[in-house]
Amino acid sequence: MTSDFTPKIVSFLCKWCTYSGADLAGTSRMKYPPSILPIRVMCSSRVNPVFLVKSFFHGADGVLIGGCHPGDCHYQSGNYHTRRRFIILSKIFECLGLESERLKLAWISAAEGARFVKVTTEFTQKIKNMGENPAKRKIFI
Amino acid sequence: MDQVLTIKKSTEAGLIDLLTYLLKNKKVSGVCSLRKTKKQGKFDYALITDPELLHDVVPLHPLMPVNAGKMLSNMIKMEMPVAAVIKPCELRSFIELVKRSQGKLENFLLISYTCGGALPLTATVENKVDTMLPDYGKTVAAGNEFEHIREICKACEYFVPFNADATVSLLGETGADSTCKIFLHSDKAKEILQGFEVEKTEDEFDRTGYDQIRERRKKYKEELFKQIKIQDTGLDGMIDVFGRCIGCHACSRVCPICYCVLCDFESSTYDYDNTIMEQELSRKGGLRLPSDTILYQIGRLSHMSFSCIGCGQCTEVCPSDIPVSVIFRKCGEKVAEIFEYIPGRDVNEQVPVTIFKEEEFEEIGEE
Repeated sequence: MTSDFTPKIVSFLCKWCTYSGADLAGTSRMKYPPSILPIRVMCSSRVNPVFLVKSFFHGADGVLIGGCHPGDCHYQSGNYHTRRRFIILSKIFECLGLESERLKLAWISAAEGARFVKVTTEFTQKIKNMGENPAKRKIFI
Repeated sequence: MDQVLTIKKSTEAGLIDLLTYLLKNKKVSGVCSLRKTKKQGKFDYALITDPELLHDVVPLHPLMPVNAGKMLSNMIKMEMPVAAVIKPCELRSFIELVKRSQGKLENFLLISYTCGGALPLTATVENKVDTMLPDYGKTVAAGNEFEHIREICKACEYFVPFNADATVSLLGETGADSTCKIFLHSDKAKEILQGFEVEKTEDEFDRTGYDQIRERRKKYKEELFKQIKIQDTGLDGMIDVFGRCIGCHACSRVCPICYCVLCDFESSTYDYDNTIMEQELSRKGGLRLPSDTILYQIGRLSHMSFSCIGCGQCTEVCPSDIPVSVIFRKCGEKVAEIFEYIPGRDVNEQVPVTIFKEEEFEEIGEE
């Protein structure tokens, strides 16, 4: 079952770093898994925690936020805020007994095409091992 | 060192004396306190400027028709000084609002008390307050928890007020019928009450004296958190608990921390229009109406849970009997722990989501 299951991973990628990193992976002809559904945002801090929750409850098997490395934010401090919000949401998921492992935050710079491939491949594998998001099959949420 | 006022009257009568002095001598222009309405057994908060009207105030009654922190925040643009008698949790919520620029401390003389817990709203609705009060008084004087107070109050460890200008000693105060003891902490309070002629002594307010009660309440809290099995039952548990939500958003309307006038969840952002409904239906074959009630609750948790002061208003107003406050306290406490944050403890402590440190959580996002 797990072998033919392709997870869907909704990915919010920061325009300046991670999205460019994904571009670099593409232009360098590196292959990253088709499970990634990229959504470009101007900054990782644009991502309201509710976006993650919404994706999660509407059947995304995993949710990824990609941003610039700490200190490299195009807007000086956006990613520091992202980090705190992400920690808060993960903790809330934990407290409610939801799978916080399905949420991921990764710092990937525009020059790190290879790191983008590595992170997405590993995350996809992890989600594959975890199986489908149970929320996908719950109709009346 | 604190100044202690000792008035040879019952606690409530003593405090009313003090409020009357303040108002009559124009030390403050208004008093904000609980008040008995004409109807038997009904109470509300009121802002009073006429000393004659102070006859009806009952500042120490264990009731919370609304969270007064929210009310004080409404007075942000008023210039007149107001003395407010509020519960420790209401004071904490006001401090949280001040941090969010939704209130001003300068205008207030904040009087609080060691709190024995608030009665549920149903007590007023069912006219039970008057019959409960004598027993409540005895239990609180003995330093115990009255059985009919809100569940979340029995689990509250912050019953000794932070940041109050004056504290009335109530919990475990055996002589509450005949003596009223008021501790003045701030210089502001001491100055305003300089001319108030009662017995004055110097003494330190002993915060550690309540350790036994605090331990007992902490224990109860752990039990209460355990009873909410949400953590072990995961998604199914979530659907069980929040599946009852009818989406009335009453919990956020009464929440003192949820101050946003244009709440994200009240906007049309999360409405389902035909296209979205059709999309969802084609995927799932069924749709709960109203949709996304769990999303709303988790969204609200992520926005404000770390500032939850546990007043229990949300549980009180929930028409579907969802234990909202217990869930919010439970999650909120865990989140606040990460940042070593206690909501309402210190007005200079900033809200965790509004600040950051460059050197923290450095392992996150790097793997």
